[in-house]
Amino acid sequence: MTASSVSVALTGSGGSGVMTAGAMLLEAAAQAGWYACMTRSLGPQIRGGEAAAMLRFSATPVESHGDRFDALLAIDWGNAARFADEIPLDGESLTLGDPKAGEIPEAIRAMGAHHADLALVQTAKRIGGGRPNMVALGVIAALLEIPDPALARTLERVLARKGPDAIEASRAAVAAGQVLARDLPALPKLPALGETSRDGRWQISGNEAVGLGALRGGVRFVAAYPITPATEVLEWLAPRLQQVGGVLVQAEDELASINQIIGASFGGVPSLTATYGPGLALMTEGIGLAVGSETPVVVVDVMRGGPSTGIPTKSEQTDLNIALYGLHGDAPHLVVAPNSVADCLFTAQWATHLAESLQTAAILLSDQALGQTRAVLPRPATAHFEGGRKTMERIDGEYLRYATNASGVSPMSLPGVAGGHYTADGLEHNPHGTPSSLARDHIAQLDKRRDKLLGYDYGEHWAQIEGDGSTAIVTWGSSTAAAREALTELAADGHHCRLISLRLLSPTLPEKMDEALAGVTRLLVVEQSHDGQFHRYLRAHYDLPAEVRSFCRPGPLPMRAIDIRRSLQEWS
Amino acid sequence: MTPAKIETLPELLAHALAIEHEATDRYRELADQMEMHHNTEVAELFRKLEAIESKHVGKVETLAEGVELPRLAAWEYQWPEGESSEGPDVHDVHYLMTPYQALELALAGEEKAATFFRDISTHDVPPEVRDAAARLADEEDEHVGLIKEWLSRYPKPDDGWDEDPDPPNQPE
Amino acid sequence: MSESQVAVAPLTARDYKSATKPVWCPGCGDFSVLSTITKALAALGLAPEQVAVISGIGCSSRIPAYLNTYGFHGVHGRALALATGLKVARPDLTVLVTGGDGDGFSIGGNHFLQACRRNADLTYIVMDNQVYGMTKGQASPTTEPDWERSKLTPGGPGINPFKPLVIALASGATFIARGSSSDPNGAARLLAEAIQHPGFSFLHILSPCVTFRPEQREWRKAVHPAPVEATDDPGRAARRLMTDDGFNLGILYRSERKTYQPELHARVTDLAEFDAEFQL
Repeated sequence: MTASSVSVALTGSGGSGVMTAGAMLLEAAAQAGWYACMTRSLGPQIRGGEAAAMLRFSATPVESHGDRFDALLAIDWGNAARFADEIPLDGESLTLGDPKAGEIPEAIRAMGAHHADLALVQTAKRIGGGRPNMVALGVIAALLEIPDPALARTLERVLARKGPDAIEASRAAVAAGQVLARDLPALPKLPALGETSRDGRWQISGNEAVGLGALRGGVRFVAAYPITPATEVLEWLAPRLQQVGGVLVQAEDELASINQIIGASFGGVPSLTATYGPGLALMTEGIGLAVGSETPVVVVDVMRGGPSTGIPTKSEQTDLNIALYGLHGDAPHLVVAPNSVADCLFTAQWATHLAESLQTAAILLSDQALGQTRAVLPRPATAHFEGGRKTMERIDGEYLRYATNASGVSPMSLPGVAGGHYTADGLEHNPHGTPSSLARDHIAQLDKRRDKLLGYDYGEHWAQIEGDGSTAIVTWGSSTAAAREALTELAADGHHCRLISLRLLSPTLPEKMDEALAGVTRLLVVEQSHDGQFHRYLRAHYDLPAEVRSFCRPGPLPMRAIDIRRSLQEWS
Repeated sequence: MTPAKIETLPELLAHALAIEHEATDRYRELADQMEMHHNTEVAELFRKLEAIESKHVGKVETLAEGVELPRLAAWEYQWPEGESSEGPDVHDVHYLMTPYQALELALAGEEKAATFFRDISTHDVPPEVRDAAARLADEEDEHVGLIKEWLSRYPKPDDGWDEDPDPPNQPE
Repeated sequence: MSESQVAVAPLTARDYKSATKPVWCPGCGDFSVLSTITKALAALGLAPEQVAVISGIGCSSRIPAYLNTYGFHGVHGRALALATGLKVARPDLTVLVTGGDGDGFSIGGNHFLQACRRNADLTYIVMDNQVYGMTKGQASPTTEPDWERSKLTPGGPGINPFKPLVIALASGATFIARGSSSDPNGAARLLAEAIQHPGFSFLHILSPCVTFRPEQREWRKAVHPAPVEATDDPGRAARRLMTDDGFNLGILYRSERKTYQPELHARVTDLAEFDAEFQL
């Protein structure tokens, strides 16, 4: 029987190579022509801790986990109980493990899956240089019916650096695993696709996509301080910025990061930093300076479980409040959020373009679920949003840096241009830039900074709107995938709903929202937060239908379509 | 205090010009400061002094016609006390100062300038330098006289001239 | 038009001043420092549009608005970060950083350390008056522990004062000098040298606060030229700076090491080259 998707998890600890096996499984499935995504869960140790790789395979693009897993293979059971909640199994599922490598934890056994023993350790020992994780890879590959050429190509690509002996040893171990799988119960099958169907596809993580989007948008200066889970954005950007003539500076803290990028931007270079909650909190004063002085910057926040130090390795959508309201004073600015791994590329590019065009701060809210998920995707479209800053090439006569005009965007003079000197300031100022405490100047500049955002045409990118119906889900960010899947399942049963996923969170666009909600009488607000930050935001800024319900769940567990679907079904 | 070793006419005139320029600028700045702090009387006084010094600039420029003057960085001038003599020291003013005190500063400046040129004119220097220095010293002596006369028109400050009943402000 | 016909008169110090009139109290040492900056820039012949003056918050941080250069009046304590970002992204500019002892050594302390370590080509001028003037006279990191005139610390701060020159040396600054507002021409020479020095130059200028510390008028009598030439030996400099009386003027330490300036040279011009690593 063919399934629309198959989900498999691998677990192990202390150098068992779970992550490597998982990454290779993802690659092999992609080479076989399937779409797939992978997330990881880890214990707190820096190395040698327990780990789980969770994968989902499908004939259609997939970016989030399903409601259950079809199989869980343990290379060993070291502290695997930690992952029980994240790997829901049931009577149709299969658990696999080597009795020589520990006992299946009660929390996992209690879920009622079928169990089969695998002689991973023994099998690996019989092969020179063979490792249990490669045997495990072979087992799963066989269960999924991944064709041999795809496996072979994966081994060559991934192990090329280790040399032909390593490749051969792994190939033999994989083959041995495939043999072991012959005695195992079958898993649901995906439709077999020709390998050409993989042409043009990409494998990328959300954090990498943000980096690439930023480069495409014109970012050439980054200053940042490492923080989980944003560090990978910086690691990806550092060498590549250098290659394009840009630079990444590792700053001493987030206070330095935000101020350094303001300085670089003042000099004319599109600039960005990446952080998460506590770092964003430190940056709020600096972001306010960017807004007040009208200096473009992009601040990427890869959200994770909060508050305070929270749960660093898990996702949550709870920095919405600080992104929207964290600046002191009346400081309108941009807040955008990608709604998928692929959308991280587009939204980072768009955010850069918006920040540059509107001379303001753009906060991009990604999260750990998007950032650290690796997904196989159709080749992303090329967007044409680059730069956008209005500058003065030469000055004739007096130059007013903050002159008021119809668009609210006053051209910026860059250092080096004669006659265009001014002192940028966080103090309120007159059109010339001179500090002013006069009422008329404050009103004029407040209006300018607000109206330039409101008067801009964001096009259709402000939200992604799909489907139709009198019931709608409104959501944002990583919750979108689970919401979409829930609605797809309901549609298959004949219940049609609309999906609205906001990409532009600030400024608010009431007219566009009215259009999006036309005909909607029931609205389910979906978000990964304990207290419904997004729900409150909607209520504060938009006219909502008569019946509104909030589906809000904090991290650490991912949002699941089944829960959203149930919530809608209960609402009858 | 190190005496100046100025031995050529161009050097001397460059110093003389700098003295007058800096004095002009200094009085203008001080006038602006007093205006900003609403000490109108002293502001006006400093403006007058600015105008006078500005005229002196013209006089020295006339003297220097046809002479190619060296271009010196600010620290290459040989001022006995580090700063050019004539303008008051920025540290010595006060927003509540009286005209008498302002003129005292101006007087001290003129006297220093006079001494500066007089010193040069009494050293072993070429005749044209000696003559020019003497002339400039005479000019400064005249200015000293003028300031003294001006000073006599104002009363000395009372005790408590610097009392301000209002506490300091915190503007930022 | 041939080159010889375009005779542009060299700029004088006056040309570097903006039309904005300073609001500092008459008697403030910062007037002298403003003059110092204009004189140094004039002597170096730098085009005003090629100079950027970056400041934080405080009386002395108002200086950018009084100059005809580009400027950024940022938030409290972060001027060095603003300046670092600007200089690294625009190495063609001359970047000066200005501020006071509170902005630089209290809230800005960490950035001061890191800037000395990083050794980007910046010139940092700190106008030290051992008080927080803007906020009405609190003790600053360089205030002596028994100064009892602040309402916030009525018994005196009771803490060891920060020694900025020693910290600068320990953190890796390669040019350390002290000037005084009582000698603006001497300070101008120091500043010109500081600007020309490749790497992070720290110029500490004693600049009295006439309103909250009028006794500092006596500083002009206490300052004196340093009795020895600048050393390039950090050990010797450490000894000198630890025993410094706070009034030694001149360049006190000068050495050279690699300046922090990443090369901004593009080897990849088509971003599509980055797609390859993601393509299956």
